[in-house]
Amino acid sequence: MSATLIVTRRALLRYVRTPQLIAMATLQMTMFFLIYRYLFGGAIHIAGLPYVDYLVPGFIATGVLFSGIGAAVATAEDLQQGFIDRLRSLPIGRSTVLTARAIADTLILTLAAAVTVGIAFAVGFRLHGSALDGLAAFGLVAAFGFAFEWLFVTMGLFAGNAQAAQGMGMIVFPFAFISSAYIPVATMPGWLQVFAKHQPLTYMVDAARALTLGPHAEALLGHPAGYFVTRAAIWALAIVAVSLPLAVAKYRRG
Amino acid sequence: MTMSIEAQGLVKRYGKTRALDGLDVSAECGQVVAVLGPNGAGKTTFVRAVATLLRVDAGILRVAGHDVAADPGAVRRVIGLAGQFAAVEPAMTGRENLEMVARLFGLDRAAARRSTGAVLEQLGLEQDADRLARTYSGGMRRRLDLGASLVGSPRLLLLDEPTTGLDPRSRIELWRAIANLRDAGTDVLLTTQYLDEADRLASQIVIIDHGRAVATGSPAELKARIGGSVIELHVRDDHDLARVASVLRAAKDGAVQIEEPTRRVTVRVDSGREQLGSTLRSLDAAGIELEDISLRQPNLDEVFLALTDATAAAGATAA
Repeated sequence: MSATLIVTRRALLRYVRTPQLIAMATLQMTMFFLIYRYLFGGAIHIAGLPYVDYLVPGFIATGVLFSGIGAAVATAEDLQQGFIDRLRSLPIGRSTVLTARAIADTLILTLAAAVTVGIAFAVGFRLHGSALDGLAAFGLVAAFGFAFEWLFVTMGLFAGNAQAAQGMGMIVFPFAFISSAYIPVATMPGWLQVFAKHQPLTYMVDAARALTLGPHAEALLGHPAGYFVTRAAIWALAIVAVSLPLAVAKYRRG
Repeated sequence: MTMSIEAQGLVKRYGKTRALDGLDVSAECGQVVAVLGPNGAGKTTFVRAVATLLRVDAGILRVAGHDVAADPGAVRRVIGLAGQFAAVEPAMTGRENLEMVARLFGLDRAAARRSTGAVLEQLGLEQDADRLARTYSGGMRRRLDLGASLVGSPRLLLLDEPTTGLDPRSRIELWRAIANLRDAGTDVLLTTQYLDEADRLASQIVIIDHGRAVATGSPAELKARIGGSVIELHVRDDHDLARVASVLRAAKDGAVQIEEPTRRVTVRVDSGREQLGSTLRSLDAAGIELEDISLRQPNLDEVFLALTDATAAAGATAA
């Protein structure tokens, strides 16, 4: 366990001591958030709700996917630069480096999510349920984030170099956009809806939304929070169940 | 005699190519062993196998008595690895990097601090210990990387081309650091493309090519096998090439190599200094003008040439 903490610290220091990285990521995230809030948002109508209240859970959940690309790239860089070889030659557990990466990047994305929430409240976002529900929604996104990190760590290991990992990261785009994150699924063509309704991100977004929208949630989403939470949780477990053994096997083999 | 490395018949395939093709290497404790060979000879594959980073397809590999395939954990507790890249974290200071690796080796906080202090001093990095590694020069990074392989006080140090890509001064600094470790009793396995590096650091050299050992011995033994040194000369005029060659052929028994485009002639000789003198005298007598003439150690190409020639000759005699 202490080995995991030591390697986690290293991954975090790399972010903390590269302030340009944090500044750029925050700036980019804020810019896109404001574009959705003030530019696209005006054209999107959600029955009985201001768009910003609909958008925020979706925006934060997709942030998990986009920051995941960074985790894949960082893992591939560690591999490329021999850092993983060094750790593999040390008497520590075979999943240490991978777990450390997943924990560190989850902490970073949670921090980014907290910043987004702050900005969201500043530009008119309101919780319709209790503050506790709001916190639960935030916790859920962080937990799903941790599950998704394993997918990205695995991607980074298999990509082998940073450019390839960046390229493989493109796979997040269909998941981010063909989802309920930015627009209601019902506005999409029928064949797209099939994918959009059942893919993990939509369940994840709607689970968070069901908790932040309070009484509006069921009317808008058609199901109570529990429906989305369980489905999102099943997806999350499935993602970990597939990625983790793949990642550890790849790590062992080198 | 305890062995630090025993490798017998190692085979590692990547698709159709055999990176290791029946490689045998044995290293006694208290030795610096250099694995010498050109790019693609299998040097890195061998080090990675010893470091438990890859599994061989066939053969036996024991490190400090532990079987690498059966008990990689035990092997990891006795080795320290410095690979071809300086695998240090640029966003951490030199000291933080070393303490991290020491803790991962299983040292507690106080022991990690002590060991880090000692290694920093040993490698001459104390002054820069608290600067971020990303501000280090390439040579300093390599030294820090070497330090990272040392903080766990391993019994066997694995160095994969430790000086490749370094400028001459950093190279000499790193050599000095490795020589100090050797003198302090650490077993070292290093790979290199440079004969002078192997010569300077190793007590045992294994020359490998195409995944197998082509020659093994102490630097002196190998040099004796391939002839002591090389006389290399440049002639001023193309027409003199043939005359130079015949003068050399008459006087020496080594094969004379002529490179027309560069007007270069080389010949292996046993007792360099005397033969350099006699060569100069005979060329002078023949009235040949030289651009320059020098006496040097055989380079890797010549070593290979000599050894493969020897292998081919031995094969011919046997047949």
